[in-house]
Amino acid sequence: MAQNNIDRIKDHAELFHQDEYQQLFAAKKQFEGGHDPDVVAQTAEWTKTWEYREKNFAREALTVNPAKACQPLGAILAAVGFEGTLPFVHGSQGCVAYFRSHFTRHFKEPFSAVSSSMTEDAAVFGGLNNMKEGLANSYNLYKPKMIAVCTTCMAEVIGDDLQAFIKASKDEGSVPQDFPVPYAHTPSFVGSHITGYDNMMKGILVNLTEGKKQETTNGRINFIPGFETYIGNLREIKRIANLMGIDYTLLADNSEYLDSPNTGEYNMYPGGTKLADAADAINGEATIAFQAYSTVKTRELIESWGQATYVARPVGIRGTDEFLMKLSALTGKPIPQELEAERGRAVDALTDSQAWLHGKRVAYYGDPDLVIGLTQFLLEVGAEPVHIVVTNSNDVFEAELRALLDSSPFGAGATIWGGRDLWHMRSLLFTEPVDFFIGNSYGKYLWRDTHTPIVRIGYPIFDRHHLHRYATYGYQGAINLLNWIVNTILDELDRNTIIPAKTDISYDLIR
Amino acid sequence: MTPLESQTLDTNPVTAKKELIQEVLAAYPDKAKKKREKHLNVYEAGKSDCGVKSNIKSVPGSMTTRGCAYAGSKGVVWGPIKDMIHISHGPVGCGYYSWSGRRNYYIGTTGIDSFGTMQFTSDFQERDIVFGGDKKLAKLITEIEELFPLNRGISIQSECPIGLIGDDIEAVAKKAAKEIGKTVVPVRCEGFRGVSQSLGHHIANDSVRDWVFPQYDKEKKAGNIPEGTPYDVAIIGDYNIGGDAWSSRILLEEIGLRVVAQWSGDGTLHEMVNTPSVKLNLVHCYRSMNYISRHMEEAYGIPWLEYNFFGPTQIAQSLRTIAARFDETIQANAEAVIAKYEAQTKAVIEKYRPRLEGKTVALMVGGLRPRHVVPAFHDLGMTLVGTGYEFGHNDDYKRTTHYVEHGTLIYDDVSAYEFEEFIKKLKPDLVASGIKEKYVFQKMALPFRQMHSWDYSGPYHGYDGFAIFARDMDMALNSPTWDLIGTPWKQD
Repeated sequence: MAQNNIDRIKDHAELFHQDEYQQLFAAKKQFEGGHDPDVVAQTAEWTKTWEYREKNFAREALTVNPAKACQPLGAILAAVGFEGTLPFVHGSQGCVAYFRSHFTRHFKEPFSAVSSSMTEDAAVFGGLNNMKEGLANSYNLYKPKMIAVCTTCMAEVIGDDLQAFIKASKDEGSVPQDFPVPYAHTPSFVGSHITGYDNMMKGILVNLTEGKKQETTNGRINFIPGFETYIGNLREIKRIANLMGIDYTLLADNSEYLDSPNTGEYNMYPGGTKLADAADAINGEATIAFQAYSTVKTRELIESWGQATYVARPVGIRGTDEFLMKLSALTGKPIPQELEAERGRAVDALTDSQAWLHGKRVAYYGDPDLVIGLTQFLLEVGAEPVHIVVTNSNDVFEAELRALLDSSPFGAGATIWGGRDLWHMRSLLFTEPVDFFIGNSYGKYLWRDTHTPIVRIGYPIFDRHHLHRYATYGYQGAINLLNWIVNTILDELDRNTIIPAKTDISYDLIR
Repeated sequence: MTPLESQTLDTNPVTAKKELIQEVLAAYPDKAKKKREKHLNVYEAGKSDCGVKSNIKSVPGSMTTRGCAYAGSKGVVWGPIKDMIHISHGPVGCGYYSWSGRRNYYIGTTGIDSFGTMQFTSDFQERDIVFGGDKKLAKLITEIEELFPLNRGISIQSECPIGLIGDDIEAVAKKAAKEIGKTVVPVRCEGFRGVSQSLGHHIANDSVRDWVFPQYDKEKKAGNIPEGTPYDVAIIGDYNIGGDAWSSRILLEEIGLRVVAQWSGDGTLHEMVNTPSVKLNLVHCYRSMNYISRHMEEAYGIPWLEYNFFGPTQIAQSLRTIAARFDETIQANAEAVIAKYEAQTKAVIEKYRPRLEGKTVALMVGGLRPRHVVPAFHDLGMTLVGTGYEFGHNDDYKRTTHYVEHGTLIYDDVSAYEFEEFIKKLKPDLVASGIKEKYVFQKMALPFRQMHSWDYSGPYHGYDGFAIFARDMDMALNSPTWDLIGTPWKQD
């Protein structure tokens, strides 16, 4: 009996390792038509070779395990950052189920979004009726303050015109004429989720700021997070701004939405940037975006208002320094002693751990801005970037990253693999091994295959809890990054020195 | 306090719940209200169905929980076939979101002879939309062959654009199959087809009929299919979530049957090809696999039987029903197996039933579990107050009548709004639904278990699974964290 102790019930992690099931697995093989185990083993070995790597890198049509998603995912992440906003995705309905599941698995929070549920007939006749009904229904059921519309690839391929559809829906009374329905075309066959964030953010700002331009500025600094999946980062930005006494508007502030308190009552729209504040962004003093490549069009829009925009990536010590100095320069506010003390503590922490990181070879992958932030940090602690895979890369980004790598002797040996995927990364890790790598949960397959220790940083993180609550920004964020990285390395060292009378000579108590 | 709240729901469950439905519907605009009205009802004892319409287009903007045909084909039916490579053909998203989400366990070396937790995509760009993707697809298949030589075949899972831009994936598949000498299955499961995952299941079933079974026919003709035994069966419609198919298979083998195929959890192409040689198809998920079962009945004369391995009552009944289709040896074995597990079952119930007795549960799952898991809750002394399917059909609601009691609220393709309102009024002790619902109800301080993924636990099928199911329901309901909600300085 495999389940032989009711006081200690075995689930899948133990149950299937009992004899009964091991026999079952062995017996099932006769029906499977599988390969000879030797052939499997040989093939597995072959995939670790340079020869395989070359074949792998020669592919032109196939993508395997990419590190990117599609536009509307980013669009709806931007949308839920605004007060009372319901994301509305025009097109096939399955996409919305996927987006909601994806975000919910990462944040472990509710995520609301609706679809216009277009089907075959809409594919033929267009989705105008779906839009009309969809807007009316979601407006009446979910009582949003704003509905932010984006598209799936189905609606894009058939060429539905959002502007015309929304106007027609308003004319029919689906929603009041003055009700904000910003929109963005977000074709999944262009760019990635970060492009979608940009498009939706621009669409929302275009809609809300219309006719709101004043003679004088409101003295505020606008912040734009970008496709940000660390709640802690939004909170850290606000904390720093508050410490400095800065008047600011954090646009698309989804920190409350994606981390709401459990009070026993469900609120569909917790927190978010007030629509009036977002509308007033057009009168801001300046805008700071924390990501460049998810805010390209948005920053162009803001520049067209005659407002200066800056990109700051407050990752690591210098990245945070630059951000604080930029804030200080823009507002005339001094950097408070408290932040100076935090900086000192973070630097102290970095020096405490640096010896474990110095010269360590590291691979990583993720969105362009995440990768630049990580690079800033890794170079500061003397780790050596080796393989950098960015599936949703572009030339501008690669030039920026190259310049950053070249600014440090520790970055000289890095290769940027733009447009590549995690199956390429697998070849890289086998042929040119590194000491550890950084990636999202999908990286765990690389960990299993190559035994390279993984530090989970990025999106999505499904298989570890609460990492997204922490900051990677600011001096506090630097300590978090350091903690995750150095302790992964030390854990690995212990794992490698744990065999009694063999490797445990180095199983040190003090590290 | 509304009139509804002032009366208890128990005095006249049917009337009260019908009033509740009307109250909830009041929020809809008229047109949508008329549509949704047909999908909500209360089961009345003696009726042959649940009184709801189903398998109809979702109401736009209602926040349906439904997915699409691609999710039904790639995500459910084809994806778990472990030794084939399933191409998410089209833009990058669909494959990304459905990558490793469903916990279809399998044994194999991923990336070498098994590919279940990988994402293969043609990552369509604008030029592919404009110029068509057939050339890219053909090239991609040759690249797969080069890099993953041990694959046993390839399936092409169409995403929305494919059908809209007029690509001919069937032609590509035929040509590629010849070139690589392997099975290549084109599947027209574009997300805009049909009203839910359900059509995707059907399309996937049909693609097996059209692109896999001809191989059986050919081999049979050539005399290459071994006769098999009188006890050959296939498990149809078990996706091996958390290992469900294994904790089911073990029982079927223990009663002396020979399970030659699993559809499709931990399944292989070879198993699929050989399935028409079985004596009986055992169908767990009727909704997603009845089509191919019916086809095998018509084309090969193979009978099929629905069974339910959730909870000891249904397991025992199912084992006896299955055994009755075989000889006395098997029937005696079935009794012996039921007896063998009696002590284990008794221990589980003795331990957990007192902790769960009288608790109520509301369900909302896909196409099978809204009825199938009810007896397992009953085995633990729990009662059902509401249930409904994301994508059930009329025949599912007919079958549901055998599982639910008079006065049970029934909701088909329930919207987020309806579900929240129903739950607020029904106040079940446990909600059992999906990931999109989980945190909504937990924010309401309601215990919740995922009935799609088993909340990363499982298996739940079979006797071994029932023990885990009981443990998990107790864990959800009796978590000490529920008592922490609400501050001690603001208690009403």
